[in-house]
Amino acid sequence: MFFILITGLLLGGTYALIAMGLNLQYGVARIMNLANGEMLVAGGFAAFWVYTAGQVSPIAALLVVAPVAFVVNWAIYRIMLRPLVKRAKSRGALEVDSILATFGLSFALVGIMTWFFGGGYFNYSYLSGRIDIFASSYAQNRVVAFAIASLLAAALWVWLSYTRAGLRMRAVAVSPDSARLVGIDVPAVSALAFGLGGAVTASGGALISMFFTLDASVGILFTMKALIIVIMGGVGDIRGTIVAALILGIAETFVARVIDPGLTLAAAYVLFLGVLLFRPQGLFGRTPT
Amino acid sequence: MSMRDLRNLALSALAFGVLALLPLYVSGYILSIATTMAMFTVLATSWALFSGPTHYISLATAAFFGLGTFVTGLGFQTLPMWLLPIIAAGLGAVLAALVGLVTLRLSGVYFVIFTLGLAELVRQVVTWVQNRTGQRGMYVLTSITERDIYWQLLGMAALVFLVGWLIARSRLGFALRIIGNDETVAKHSGIDTAAAKILLFMVSGAAAAVVGAMMAPRYIYIEPSTAFASILSFQVVIMALLGGTGRLWGPLAGVVPFTLLWEFISRNAPNQTLLLLGIAFLLIVYVLPGGFVGLYDRLRHRYGQGGQ
Repeated sequence: MFFILITGLLLGGTYALIAMGLNLQYGVARIMNLANGEMLVAGGFAAFWVYTAGQVSPIAALLVVAPVAFVVNWAIYRIMLRPLVKRAKSRGALEVDSILATFGLSFALVGIMTWFFGGGYFNYSYLSGRIDIFASSYAQNRVVAFAIASLLAAALWVWLSYTRAGLRMRAVAVSPDSARLVGIDVPAVSALAFGLGGAVTASGGALISMFFTLDASVGILFTMKALIIVIMGGVGDIRGTIVAALILGIAETFVARVIDPGLTLAAAYVLFLGVLLFRPQGLFGRTPT
Repeated sequence: MSMRDLRNLALSALAFGVLALLPLYVSGYILSIATTMAMFTVLATSWALFSGPTHYISLATAAFFGLGTFVTGLGFQTLPMWLLPIIAAGLGAVLAALVGLVTLRLSGVYFVIFTLGLAELVRQVVTWVQNRTGQRGMYVLTSITERDIYWQLLGMAALVFLVGWLIARSRLGFALRIIGNDETVAKHSGIDTAAAKILLFMVSGAAAAVVGAMMAPRYIYIEPSTAFASILSFQVVIMALLGGTGRLWGPLAGVVPFTLLWEFISRNAPNQTLLLLGIAFLLIVYVLPGGFVGLYDRLRHRYGQGGQ
């Protein structure tokens, strides 16, 4: 039981990082990015590639993965998504447009990645030893991935909570219209948030690839999980995201160990159902009036 | 019913009559493409019945379709063939009602996300049940030929068009158009928005399940990973949006070219089908909002014939 709890927490830590990336994109930039999972897989591919080709550790690869992902996502927002935001008559219209556009992007990315890397599974063994915590042993790479994910998440949280740039971002998350009135350049902040979110997710992908077998088309599954976490934790709520991610990690590990490893998505759905039925505003959200 | 309606009905009946004669004079390959087109016509048109007026993007088609194939797979030896699509319709409607009850009271995003994973969820559960009971896939060996399937689907298409036409003329159709334009207005004018949406989603889900039940004999061997392949949901969305959901015939205008294109690409470059799907999505958003129907309406407007 204790073993399941720790394994679940380790998994949940990485989920938290990925979901924070999506939450920045949806909460601040107001884009429901369904190509989020493909960014994750791309990050994983990059880590895999530098590790097998140059024996560079996936952790060092983060130094490249994160900035590149930032630039790519920033450009995607400026070129592809900004015109949609401009032409949208309402939030609902923007949602439909951005869902369709990012779906297109998602499929195009899967197509391109399959083209370059083939349709097979890929994994590599890095830090494959064991580490003992409280008399049970865990895979080293999972523990290291969790530690780095926590570090990045903590850094992001501090940045959002205590810097002026972070404050601007939170202001846009609360209300883009009012943020404009106090002199915040909303399009610039949105593009920044979208790029940052992509960088965070791609870093999560590089970390996950250390212990998880990926393939070009697995992205949608992670998008799905990240979406469930974001909704469970509440849109724009960092604390809620982290708690929801840990809950999902534990629930999945529990189902995989005790019932059947093929039912992990079912576990996520049970949580999702509970949230939709009882707390659609998120774990810590207030009931809208 | 006006003269115009009567004329349209007569023309549609004539078109269906001509299409029904198709298997008598074409080769097997063309018939198989025609069957695929008939399948997507039913799926895309019934999808648009719900998603057109409400703008709620449903990605659950594969879940309903897979449910239908499993009804046939499990029941074809013990139950009469004509009963299977009816059972599938019932189960599809029940599944749609459950999904609708959970998500359609809330905003559209929840609905999209929930339906996005629904096929995969049902697949996991079915696989799990099969593993526990020691089953693997199922063989559906029947005397039903491609020709029979084509005729069944054509009949189903006629039914869906008729239902769509009737709904558009009914109070329910009117209510849905108001919901699509402004949900708050709809609520304030006394429409039970959740009930209207759930009802129409049930129609759409039932139709997709029936198509699955009819198509099962074509696949011969059924297993969860092929029956619930989520790519089907996306194909349906693309075709319906490419054609345009503004009119009843819109999805059909998307189904015909996209099926041909898909057939061509998957024969010549099978690895590029996903890329094609992605580009098609982007094209619809950036170049063809409203699909072919939207384009047609704009052209009519420009050249002065759209005096409605």
